[in-house]
Amino acid sequence: MMPFTETLYALVGVGLFALGLRGALLRRSLLGRVLSINVCGAGVFLLLIAIAYQGPGVPPDALPHALVLTGIVVAVSATALALALGRRLREADHE
Amino acid sequence: MNSLPVWLVVLPLAAALLAVVMPARSAWIGVLAGIATFLVAIGMAWQVAETGTLIHALGGWDPGLGIALRADPLSAALLVMSTLVALASGWYATGYFTDKDQQARFWPLWLLLLSALHAMLLSADLFNLYVTLELLGLSAVALAALGGGRAAVAAALRYLTVGLIGSLAFLAGVALIYARYGSLDMLFLARVIGPEPATWLALGLMTAGLLLKSALFPLHFWLPPAHANAPAPVSAALSALVVKAAVYLMIRLWLDLFAPAVSPDLAWLLGLLGAAAVLWGSWQALRAQRLKLLAAYSTVAQLGYLFIFFPLLMALPAGAARETAFGGLVLMALTHGFAKSALFLAAGVIQQRAGHDRIEELGGTARALPVTTFTVALAGIALIGLPPSGAFLAKWQLLSSAIAVGQWLWVPVVAVGSLIAAAYVFRVLGYAFGPGEGARKALSDGREELPALLLASVATAVLGLGAAAVWQFLAPMALLPGAS
Repeated sequence: MMPFTETLYALVGVGLFALGLRGALLRRSLLGRVLSINVCGAGVFLLLIAIAYQGPGVPPDALPHALVLTGIVVAVSATALALALGRRLREADHE
Repeated sequence: MNSLPVWLVVLPLAAALLAVVMPARSAWIGVLAGIATFLVAIGMAWQVAETGTLIHALGGWDPGLGIALRADPLSAALLVMSTLVALASGWYATGYFTDKDQQARFWPLWLLLLSALHAMLLSADLFNLYVTLELLGLSAVALAALGGGRAAVAAALRYLTVGLIGSLAFLAGVALIYARYGSLDMLFLARVIGPEPATWLALGLMTAGLLLKSALFPLHFWLPPAHANAPAPVSAALSALVVKAAVYLMIRLWLDLFAPAVSPDLAWLLGLLGAAAVLWGSWQALRAQRLKLLAAYSTVAQLGYLFIFFPLLMALPAGAARETAFGGLVLMALTHGFAKSALFLAAGVIQQRAGHDRIEELGGTARALPVTTFTVALAGIALIGLPPSGAFLAKWQLLSSAIAVGQWLWVPVVAVGSLIAAAYVFRVLGYAFGPGEGARKALSDGREELPALLLASVATAVLGLGAAAVWQFLAPMALLPGAS
C-alpha cells in the first residue's frame, strides 16, 4: 500500500506535467510557453522526488534526487537559451 | 575494459573547450578533432567486428551506480557515418564562414554537438540518454540560430520549444521505468522489462517525445524552417545526424529494450505515419521553391521509410530474414545520412556562388559549377533509391520483406515515394542544366565542392557496392529477442 503523502506528491507531479504540457502547446506568447515548459518540468521533478520515498524512517533513494539536480541544470540552461533567442527576435522586429 | 568509446566523447568535448579558449585557431582545432574522432570510430568499428560489443564502465564503477558506455554494431556503424559526415561538413565549414566572429562561435557549438551525439549513440543508461538528448538539442538550436536572420532565429526558437517538450516527455518515461524497475541501466533493464501497464505508459511517453524530435509526420512542422534557414554545414548535420539520433533511440527502444512489451499493432501505427511522411514530404519537396527547403522536406520523406521498417521487423520471424531487413533499415539510415549532408553542402555552394537557392533560377549552374551539379545528381540517385546506391538495396529489402509478410500496403507507398523523389531531383537538375548565369562569383578552392562530392560518392557508390559488409557487420545484433 502506497503511503498517502507519496501518492499525493506523485499525483500533483502528474497534474503539473499535464498543465504545463497544455500551456506549452497552446500558449501563444513566448514567455507563457517558456514558463509552461518549466511547470511541465517541475511536474516530472516532483514525480521523481515522490519515487525516491522508501518508507517512514528509511532514508530516501538518492539516485532520483541526483536526476532532479541534473534536470534542474538542464532546465535553467534551456530557459536561458529560449529567453536569449526571444530577445534576439524582438530586436530583429524593432529594427 | 576498452577505452575507445570514451575517446569519441572526450575528444570533441576537449576540442570544444579549446576552441573557446583559442578562437583564432578554432577551425584548425575542429578539423583535427574531426580527423581524430573519425579514426577512433573506424578503430572502434574494427574492434566491434573482431570481438563483438564493447562495454566500458566509466571510472571503473559498475553499472547500477556508475554509467556504462556500450558500442554494439548498430552504434558503431552510425558512429562511423556521423564522424565522416561531421569531418566533411567541418572541412567545408572552414571556407563557409567568412566572418571571423561567426567562425569563432560556430566551432565550440559544433564540437559540443558532436560530443553529445557520440555520447548518445554509446550510452547504455536511460537517464544519460535524456541528458545527451538535451545537450544535442540545445547545441543544435544554437547552431540553427547562427545565421542570425529573423527567420533563422524564429525557426530556432520553435525548434527549441518543441525539443524541450519532447525531452520532458522522454524524462517522464524514464522516471516511470525507474519507479517500476529500480534501475536505469539498459543492459539490466533489457532482461527484466515485461508487458505491463507501467512499461506501456513509459514507452508511450518516450515514443511521443522521440517522434516529436524525429519529425515523424504529422509532427514534422518544425523541421523544414529550422533546417532550411540554418547555415549550410549546420543544415547538413541537423538533417543527416541530429534527426537520425532520435530515430536511433526509437530503434533502441522498440526493437531492443522494450521488445518484449511492444505489440505489432502499435508498430503498424508507426508504419502508417511513416507512409504518410513519405508521401507528404516528397510532395512538399516537389513543390518547394528553394533548394534547401526541398532538401529539408526530402528529409521528412526519407525518415518515413525508416519507420515503415518497424511493422515489418515485428512481423518477420527471428532469423535470417529479420537480420536482412534490419540491415536494410540501417543501410537506409546510413545512405540518407551521407546523401542528405552532401545535398545540403552542395546547396550551400550554390547559394554562396549564385547568391540565392531559388530552384527556378538555377539556370547555368551545370556550366558554372559542374562538380557541385554532379554532386546534386549523385545525392539525388541515393535519395530516389536508384542502383548502385545503398538506398536501392535498402528499398529492395523493404519491398521484399513487405511481400514476404503480406503487408502489401507498403509496396505502392515506396513506389509512389520513389517516383516523386525522381521528379523533384530531376526538376532541380532540369533547371540547373538550362541556360542562365549560374554563378556570379568564381570558386576559391576545392574545399568548397570536394566535401559534398566525397559524401555523395559514399552514399551512391561505397554503400551500394559495399552493402554486403554492412550486413555482415550488423549480423550479430540479436534484436527483438522476445517476439515470435
